[in-house]
Amino acid sequence: MKILTGNDLKSGAVTWWTGYDWSIHVEDAVDAGDEADAIAAREEGARRVNAPYAIDAERDANGGVRPAHIKDRIRALGPTVRPDLTLKPADPEAGNWVI
Amino acid sequence: MVELLRFREDKPVADPAVTVDSFSDQSNASAVRLEPGDDARDLLPFLDQLRLVEINFPSFGDGRGYSAARILREAGFDGELRAVGDVLVDQLSHMRRCGFDSFAPEKPFNPADAQAALSRWPQVYQATGDGRRPIWALRHDAQSNG
Amino acid sequence: MYRYDHYDQAMVDSRVEEFRDQTRRRLEGKLSEDQFKPLRLQNGLYLQLHAYMLRVAIPYGTLSGAQMHALADIAGKYDRGYGHFTTRQNIQYNWIKLEEAPDLLADLARVEMHAIQTSGNCIRNISSDQYAGAIADEIIDPRPYAELLRQWSSFHPEFLALPRKFKIAVIASQTDRAAMKLHDIGIRMVRNDAGEIGAAFYVGGGMGRTPMIAPCIREFVPVDQLITYSEACLRVYNRYGRRDNKYKARIKILVHELGREEYTRQVEEEFAHLLTQGIEPPLAELKRIATFFADPPFETGLADDVDRSDPGFALWLDRNTLPHKQPGYAIAVISLKPVGGIPGDASVEQMHLMADLATRYSFDECRVTHAQNIVLPHVRKADLFAIWQQLEAAGLGAANLDTVEDIIACPGLDYCSLANARSIPVAQKISRRFADTGKTAELGELKLKISGCINACGHHHAGHIGILGVDRKGTENYQLLLGGSEGDDTSLGKITGPGFDEDGIVDAVERATDVYLARRQEGERFLDTYRRVGIDAFKEAIYG
Repeated sequence: MKILTGNDLKSGAVTWWTGYDWSIHVEDAVDAGDEADAIAAREEGARRVNAPYAIDAERDANGGVRPAHIKDRIRALGPTVRPDLTLKPADPEAGNWVI
Repeated sequence: MVELLRFREDKPVADPAVTVDSFSDQSNASAVRLEPGDDARDLLPFLDQLRLVEINFPSFGDGRGYSAARILREAGFDGELRAVGDVLVDQLSHMRRCGFDSFAPEKPFNPADAQAALSRWPQVYQATGDGRRPIWALRHDAQSNG
Repeated sequence: MYRYDHYDQAMVDSRVEEFRDQTRRRLEGKLSEDQFKPLRLQNGLYLQLHAYMLRVAIPYGTLSGAQMHALADIAGKYDRGYGHFTTRQNIQYNWIKLEEAPDLLADLARVEMHAIQTSGNCIRNISSDQYAGAIADEIIDPRPYAELLRQWSSFHPEFLALPRKFKIAVIASQTDRAAMKLHDIGIRMVRNDAGEIGAAFYVGGGMGRTPMIAPCIREFVPVDQLITYSEACLRVYNRYGRRDNKYKARIKILVHELGREEYTRQVEEEFAHLLTQGIEPPLAELKRIATFFADPPFETGLADDVDRSDPGFALWLDRNTLPHKQPGYAIAVISLKPVGGIPGDASVEQMHLMADLATRYSFDECRVTHAQNIVLPHVRKADLFAIWQQLEAAGLGAANLDTVEDIIACPGLDYCSLANARSIPVAQKISRRFADTGKTAELGELKLKISGCINACGHHHAGHIGILGVDRKGTENYQLLLGGSEGDDTSLGKITGPGFDEDGIVDAVERATDVYLARRQEGERFLDTYRRVGIDAFKEAIYG
């Protein structure tokens, strides 16, 4: 699937297109499919997101969204070397999801 | 919105600016346009007859025009030096310092933004031939006038 | 160290207001991201992997105690409790909010700091020897010249839209501790036969995709022509540097394609012209700046010997301190490379401690090295033990300067959107491997450098052992290089062969060091043995 990601203009937080707004959780991302570019352009123009782009992702075994490339997974979660600073500091499995 | 910002008292040149290539064929042209890949020093023999040199910025990130402007001013050109093309208000003060005295941006400026940009820097660190005395000169004024 | 006068202060204050205005226009939609990007880059603000990353300038790596305290405060107030010291002597913060950036820059301006031109296609932070002013082998302190160049390069209106970034290093000793020949311009202050000070200019060095060692284009530029000559070098680059291909836009490509002679000829021509334009500051300005770099009031008659009875202290003393030009003093290096730690990172608490130590024990001055450590340049030998105890308590006491544990690593894929692979976990595993096996001491001087991608921010080309992270069909892979050196004997590392996964590269590094241990002769460092026996002996051991 193709999911959309970008950064919040004011805060810089990594965000994901949920179908109606931008969430910091990649689990909320939807398949934007062929609409991806059009959505990105509209949302960027309205300044609801900064520098959006589409990436490949899959549904994993639990139905969660897993970006295809490790870089995007690190972006989704946070630095692997500082689990305390990621979105899931208390989850010991979070690092495995990235790698 | 400002489409032509000009810091000169004389009347603007009416003739269209010709390219550097065709300039050599038109010995009476008084206005020429420099592209980023042109060498400003090719114009040095003709500075007396030139009243307007336009320097094109097809992309604001291509800074060759800044060097071209300074080279012309250093050679004594005192005609109109106009920045055209992708000229943004945030480059205005730098362009002024390099010798540009008029601006014809593709996207017109907000006059308040232009004014703010030009009055941003009360002092400057470098001597660029624009007549402003750099900070290093001001620091040693007492000594040099002593 | 240099202190701003009201002119300098007004410049950084104006810059803060300019950026505040530009940020407001961006947030209001009056500036697009394409228009805003070069403006925020020239204020050090990147849109990076996790958020906006801010790179704060630390001119020639020198900081006062108050400035280090301010950097700590910023990490706490605007970021997530730590900062990362970089291979260009700057500091980076990884989670800065755009809407708070102007206030952050205002906080910096209050302590005479800024993030001006730490990114973008302009002249960047000017780096220097981290032991300047303290080490005996320099002919003069290089930093006044670096400061003169800093002011010249700041907001230079002709050079704010160069083909690409531009990095300058200034040193003043035969021993090159700043990797000077791997810069766009490297300057070495020298004396001519008449005893006059001047500058040798090396132009066209760099790492990245196409590493090159800068040739010397002028052996002696008189000190009162330094700015004019620099301007000539930059103008030729601005006019003729390639703009068609981002990966061929550095000055090293121009110098390589023109050839040293032709590039030099063009510079000398422009230089002769610029000499008629009166752009050089008077010598009085250099003298004014130099007064800020006079020796601090060293005490005399101090004890030269140190009590070595604590073995941990003795080890740190031997590894992490260097002789100072002044009797009774030493240069102390604070390692930001604890075994298994993140190279170059320091927490808020650690930064406050280092600031305190600088103020109390080092005439209120500390330095950032391009190897991502911190230097206390002027420490009384009598104070070394107390300093070490405080460092130990704060996790800053690692006695591993210039050893295999003293790894230079870029932030890599954990932080950087340009990266192909993570570098920090590799550094952590390597330092743990050698600490655990006790081989660090045996190996002696071994400069290991890791880059997460070809942009080489980890300087892997210049490592005795270098590691380059690559993307191999979507997975992280690591190439091993051997024989690089950043010093006077600058050389570029050679790839050994096929790459490895994360565990594989750690094993490969260990095997390479085993070859050294087996084959070394008296007095040889790893680099020396490698140069003597050649790469094949290492390849055999690594690939079997």
